Amino acid sequence: MSERKHWLYRKENLPKLWVIQIVILMLALLPEFFIHHHHYFEEQGFTLDASFGFYAWYGFITCAGMVALAKILGIFLKRKDNYYDE
Amino acid sequence: MSEFMISPGLIMVLGAILIPLLNGSLRAVVLLSLPVMTLAAVWMLPADASLQVAFLEYTLEPVRSSVEGRLFATVFSIMAFVGGLYAYRQASTAELTAAYIYAGSAIGVTFAGDLVTLFIFWEIMALGSTVVIWSAGSPSAYRAGMRYLIIHLLGGVILMTGIVAYVFETGSVEFTSMQVDSPGTWLILIGFLVNAGAPPLSAWIADAYPEASPSGMVFLSAFTTKTAVFALLVGFPGADILIPIGLYMVFYGIIYALLENDMRRILAYSIVNQVGFMVAAIGIGTEMALNGAAAHAFAHIIYKALLLMSAGSVLLMTGKRKCTDLGGLFQSMPVTAINGIVGALAISAFPFTSGFVTKSLETSAAANEGMLIVWLLLLAASAGVFLHAGIKFPWFVFFQKDSGLRPPDPPANLRLAMWLFSFLCIGIGLMPNSLYAILPYPVDYQPYTLDHLVTQFQVLLFAGFAFFVMLKQMRRTLTISLDFDWFYRKFFKEIVSEFTSQSSVAHQAREQQALALLNHLVDRLYRHHGPQGTLAQAWPTGSMVLWVAVLLGLLLVLFYI
Repeated sequence: MSERKHWLYRKENLPKLWVIQIVILMLALLPEFFIHHHHYFEEQGFTLDASFGFYAWYGFITCAGMVALAKILGIFLKRKDNYYDE
Repeated sequence: MSEFMISPGLIMVLGAILIPLLNGSLRAVVLLSLPVMTLAAVWMLPADASLQVAFLEYTLEPVRSSVEGRLFATVFSIMAFVGGLYAYRQASTAELTAAYIYAGSAIGVTFAGDLVTLFIFWEIMALGSTVVIWSAGSPSAYRAGMRYLIIHLLGGVILMTGIVAYVFETGSVEFTSMQVDSPGTWLILIGFLVNAGAPPLSAWIADAYPEASPSGMVFLSAFTTKTAVFALLVGFPGADILIPIGLYMVFYGIIYALLENDMRRILAYSIVNQVGFMVAAIGIGTEMALNGAAAHAFAHIIYKALLLMSAGSVLLMTGKRKCTDLGGLFQSMPVTAINGIVGALAISAFPFTSGFVTKSLETSAAANEGMLIVWLLLLAASAGVFLHAGIKFPWFVFFQKDSGLRPPDPPANLRLAMWLFSFLCIGIGLMPNSLYAILPYPVDYQPYTLDHLVTQFQVLLFAGFAFFVMLKQMRRTLTISLDFDWFYRKFFKEIVSEFTSQSSVAHQAREQQALALLNHLVDRLYRHHGPQGTLAQAWPTGSMVLWVAVLLGLLLVLFYI
């Protein structure tokens, strides 16, 4: 009898994991309705950092951007891992 | 000099000599007590301690107390203690001895009051760390160690040249805050930056460190780059050039770590990323920023060592380093996985960890100075840290697909070392004031505000969301990424081998020519002096008589003229 797959690796649980993740993200956004963010750059006329959900979308967009940038640079930079082998 | 005083670093440098002489539990006692004695010496040194020695026409200061020095020496001692605990059963004698000399000389740098003392300890560090790399014993470790040594000797030469020029300009060898306005100070700055992993030579970290043994890389990650941070902190606070250099390092580390497949190379790139934060903060140069750089270095040494202990345990138990070979290890290595995750949360600056209370000093310093672009980039980079180290490392090693590997957790001393550092990561996070109290400047900062907690959770959780949304784009491949080391590992190597083959062709042609000339000469000699040669037809006595007759005849002719 083969070892039963761990809960995390069973196909039927994958949607549940996504639901848990989305719920956590919603919870993280919830305080946006109650608190006011600190304005760091008011003098420079930059108020975006205090707007609704700035940290959430900024974190997401910049990370997606970095993954995309890495992917593009990878086209030029990636080599087989025995490239330097003598 | 009223009382006897030695540099606290020398306790470990000299004590390391005992390590090869002892075995078993006696050696373990020495390994664990040397860092404790060093730590005690660091804290018993009076705040105004200074040992001055006249040398030629200069005054050297091998021991000088400073708050910065004490902070770095403290974390270096703690690191040596836990590193020694982690390493003492598995590591070779050569590695342990070299690692202690290396750690001791790093502590020596933190107490150096003059540039000559600093340089001497700086070079001992380079040699000690090279031996740590070589101790892995593999041919690839030997070659990587050689490349590492060459880079550091080059950095050392630049530093030495800078020191000579600086002393010539100012007449002082004192190690103090400098302005980058002369060739001497520029060269000193470059010398420091080489060790910090700054561009263009950043590649040495990811090239050399991952070739060391499981415990070797734990030691290596702590001392060289952070000693460079210390030197920059004391020597060049507020040097504007450090801001763009630091920001470059931050994103270089993220991008290369995202492309990388080898788990310990991911963490090596992450060192450059983290040191980039510190270098940028030193460039900002306000009291808050400098506190941030110092505190971040302190916290970083602990959580990076923890991550590398976790990765080292995986390497030790499976013999595998590549993400493509690993996965699913949380099932049989729960202790290693939990400690790896604590380290990953700390490096990502998750609330209630050491990263949260230290890195935020740096980002807040940028905000307080009104540096909008710098702040936006540091914020993006903070999200990127979670992406490349915080999730990528634990995900690909302990989760992702099930590799089918079922190795057990590592031996007890490795587990204990990891627990100790996990405890410190969370302890500093929960009680930041204990660390704030020993920073260079008074701290007026409260990390635990509702605003900070909420925004940090949002940045990190949505960064994590981006990771899982784009997981397909990050499928691991059996690749490495080209870097500046391509120039000295491939480009110049190709040029040299091209030169070798071309010059050997040229050499052969010249050889042929010379041989032909020689043959010609031999032929001519043979023609005249050989058995059939005109000059060989008579016996020597006969030709002697002939030539004497010719000479006498000539004499007779001359006589008559």
